[in-house]
Amino acid sequence: MSDAMGSKYLQIQNVAQTFKTAKGDFPALREINLNVAKGEFVSLIGHSGCGKSTLLNLIAGLNMPTQGTLICANREIAGPGPERAVVFQNHSLLPWLTCFENVYLGVERVFGHSSVVDRRVKESKPELVDRTNAALEMVGLSHAAQKRPGEISGGMKQRVGIARALAMQPQVLLMDEPFGALDALTRAKLQDELLAIVANTKSTVVMVTHDVDEAVLLSDKIVMMTNGPAATIGEVLGINLPRPRSRISLADNTDYLGYRKAVINFLYARQAHVEKT
Amino acid sequence: MNASTKQRITNFLAPILGLVLLVGLWSIVSLTSTNNFPSPISTFLQALEIFKDPFYSNGPNDQGVGWNVLSSLRRVAVGFGLAALVGIPMGFVIGRFEFMSRMFNPLISLLRPVSPLAWLPIGLLVFKGANPAAIWTIFICSIWPMIINTAVGVQRVPQDYMNVARVLNLSEWKVMRVILFPAVLPYMLTGVRLAVGTAWLVIVAAEMLTGGVGIGFWVWDEWNNLNVKNIIIAIFVIGIVGLILEYALIKIATAFTYEEVQS
Repeated sequence: MSDAMGSKYLQIQNVAQTFKTAKGDFPALREINLNVAKGEFVSLIGHSGCGKSTLLNLIAGLNMPTQGTLICANREIAGPGPERAVVFQNHSLLPWLTCFENVYLGVERVFGHSSVVDRRVKESKPELVDRTNAALEMVGLSHAAQKRPGEISGGMKQRVGIARALAMQPQVLLMDEPFGALDALTRAKLQDELLAIVANTKSTVVMVTHDVDEAVLLSDKIVMMTNGPAATIGEVLGINLPRPRSRISLADNTDYLGYRKAVINFLYARQAHVEKT
Repeated sequence: MNASTKQRITNFLAPILGLVLLVGLWSIVSLTSTNNFPSPISTFLQALEIFKDPFYSNGPNDQGVGWNVLSSLRRVAVGFGLAALVGIPMGFVIGRFEFMSRMFNPLISLLRPVSPLAWLPIGLLVFKGANPAAIWTIFICSIWPMIINTAVGVQRVPQDYMNVARVLNLSEWKVMRVILFPAVLPYMLTGVRLAVGTAWLVIVAAEMLTGGVGIGFWVWDEWNNLNVKNIIIAIFVIGIVGLILEYALIKIATAFTYEEVQS
């Protein structure tokens, strides 16, 4: 396996991002260098305002970096595309479509057309419907397929968002605080589901979070960011916990507690957040 | 007295009291007036007379009030429909493309404050007929709220939805159909409601000037006959029809309003 398809599937090289604001330039990110291997689960963690969502948007292609390059599967990221699917923090389901239609929208976009680049032929309507149903089943929502987002709970909406992203079989799955708006119990349940799903699909995932336990439980690698403005990567922590992981057996695992301690130490001792007044 | 009885009194008694106040003031005016201002009772009796046969027709200048209302409604429907056909797509284009918005906004700002009746002579000149000129006036007055509200709706589509469109790489046509149109629909319907309201205001004035069959012309005709009772009846009819139009459009608008994404 070549390097580009293995340990350097996603490459972020010397990336900086500066926003133009009314008060002048605002440097959000500087000197970001990061490689993500195929099948790796990477979390970006840091205090609010540290630019972790900005970095995710750069990988998604929703914003373009002021400096540096981002490369995914040997191709420079020049804009957003379904090969880098995003699970948005607020689910972003279209409220006038049913759960099925929301997922189908993405499935049809990716598999409803033939593609020379990906050596894919156009799939028939029943095949697309099957894919959509399979994705909804994976997140346990077959029963809610014909419901509108307004009729289901926050946790279910987020699951539809994950189904929509995964159904597109993206090269990289990008998640922006996917469980941030949920209550603790629902969050834990969805984290467990995500663990199982990712173990199955072997997806490459980049997730933004501010939850230390979530980061340690899910990740192979935790990228800890310094405080903004002009935030950068402070430290990268490899998480060598065996998979499959279970939150119950990890609860008193010394390695787990050590990783947890390391992240907390970084966030609250070395990067203690100072609220500007 | 408990809270629910109190609420019921507010709900039912208050509107009735308002009506009583109006009729009371009207009675005082008619009693003290020296120029035969009709009383509520005589107007009511006259209304019963008129509504016995609202659809009689004795030639083009003497038709029942029903025919007059219907012809006015038809003019509003045609003028408004044409305005929707032009205004809504235009609003989409102006809302979606900054260039278009910069191009058309000065024109809209300039023309919108002009009373639509000022366009009536232009309509008479171009279309050489009273009826098309009245329709043209309705067209002009109802196009602005539809353009403006549609454009505002397009500009206010939540960024999240547009990000979904960008990540999925949807075609411009698909974005229009699946995201923009449903997201803008509530704004568009507000525009439609405002447009119909204005159109109903303007048609009365336009018909006074153009003549023919129509509720506006009827008012003017009754004035020439010095039949003040019929004018007052016409005012009520115009009000009630306007009320029904407004209510129907609000009902339609609520049916198409979906829960917004919460961020």
